[in-house]
Amino acid sequence: MSIWEYANPKKFMQTSAGVLPFVWGLAAACLGVGLVWGFFLTPDDFRQGSTVKIIYLHVPAAMMAINAWVMMLVTSLIWLVRRHHVSALAAKAAAPVGLTFTVIALVTGAFWGQPMWGTWWAWDPRLTSFLILTLFYLGYIALWQAVENPDTAADLTAVLCLVGSVFALLSRYAVLFWNQGLHQGASLSLDKEENVADVFWFPLLVCIAGFVLLFVALVLMRTRTEIRARRMAALLARERLA
Amino acid sequence: MWALLTRDLRLAMRAGGGFGLGLAFFLLVAVLVPLGVGPEGGMLGRIAPGILWVGALLACLLSLDRIFALDFEDGSLDLLATSPMPLEAVVAVKAFAHWLVTGLPLTVAAPVLAVLLNLPVEGYGWLVLSLLLGTPALSVIGAFGAALVVGVKRGGLLLSLLVLPLYVPTLIFGAEAVKRGAAGQAVDVPLLLLAAITLGAGAMLPFAAAAAIRVNLR
Amino acid sequence: MMPDLGKYAFAVLASYGASLGLLMAVVALSVWQGRRVKRQLAEIEARAGERADG
Repeated sequence: MSIWEYANPKKFMQTSAGVLPFVWGLAAACLGVGLVWGFFLTPDDFRQGSTVKIIYLHVPAAMMAINAWVMMLVTSLIWLVRRHHVSALAAKAAAPVGLTFTVIALVTGAFWGQPMWGTWWAWDPRLTSFLILTLFYLGYIALWQAVENPDTAADLTAVLCLVGSVFALLSRYAVLFWNQGLHQGASLSLDKEENVADVFWFPLLVCIAGFVLLFVALVLMRTRTEIRARRMAALLARERLA
Repeated sequence: MWALLTRDLRLAMRAGGGFGLGLAFFLLVAVLVPLGVGPEGGMLGRIAPGILWVGALLACLLSLDRIFALDFEDGSLDLLATSPMPLEAVVAVKAFAHWLVTGLPLTVAAPVLAVLLNLPVEGYGWLVLSLLLGTPALSVIGAFGAALVVGVKRGGLLLSLLVLPLYVPTLIFGAEAVKRGAAGQAVDVPLLLLAAITLGAGAMLPFAAAAAIRVNLR
Repeated sequence: MMPDLGKYAFAVLASYGASLGLLMAVVALSVWQGRRVKRQLAEIEARAGERADG
């Protein structure tokens, strides 16, 4: 039993069909519980007032926006090295989800920044990095759509993902160099004393779990769609030949 | 290798090759920005480093799609790919040719345009130096982007969407170096980082670009 | 039931609205694409099956 079994599209379809309802259910449960808990049952922060409730969307979305890109990087590498189609299709499936999370992080950040920093947008390193990440997602998705041959598209986007990751990381540090920011440090870290208080921390954890599960569910479903689309294209091509 | 370089240069110099187009575009940016933001000298001087760098970057972008597209259409890229010269070297030479016809003229023209934008005197040397160090990176990164979209019809817009995010670090360090230089501050850190990007991109991206071309020729 | 959001009500509600809207949109889009592709694939497979039989 190894994960490479799932490189077989048939095996992947079977397993994901069985797993998917549970992932959807858990994702909905976690998001429901976490967001309701966060929105209705947590107190206001003494400095931020009720805007602290935005954290339950902003932090998980931002985390998953980056993790989605990392997942695309890993699946792209697997595609380049081992030529498993499912892997390439999973990267393709993850991109729009990652883009959505990036936009959510930016939008909620703007709504939070307006009352807290007095501005919707600041050219802060973190904000700027996220804007640049949005551009990378857009370019990646656009390249998938522009190239017709699916294997060529998979190869080119995988190379773009690799090079893009290096430059995204470079941009992150370049931006840091360019402007010291307003943004507070990481809200979550295990080793630091200064952290969010427990009242906010537990619902936040549930929300993060919810976002992770939602991401997994969406990627699984979209990968299934991509596999079906690929099979459809193959059948159509055979029909034309016949 | 030498033959390829001279051939690329000759093609670029010919009418319609795009040589001069980038320069004209650069000039236009330097003229249009003051018309847009107003003639006030102090402000122009402050934004001049950024404007000149952004202008150079966009001018560089204009001619990127010509690096491989023409050779791809008439089939000479297939010949180059099967020639004894490694494709990585072809990419490097072509990027270098692109730099010679865009990056280098832009660097030479920049001080003249800096006059229009009222750049403080201390900034001129750093402007030229930063462009000299940074524009090769623009050409190499651009060659990588052009290699990705070489098989796409009308890929120009897609090319800019792919390449511009990759230009971010170069732009930041380049403009920062000029800005600091113009303000009389130390510029060694951004200049060193800029040089590092150029060297790193020059060393790695030809391989990525060659891989992309092989995929596109498959 | 509704918590008192004070003067930041707009920021909080807009954040939740926009985020949930975007999440809903990406889920709906994925479901819609999934259903469409599944239906089309079923049609084509049925056709391919007919030809194989006949």
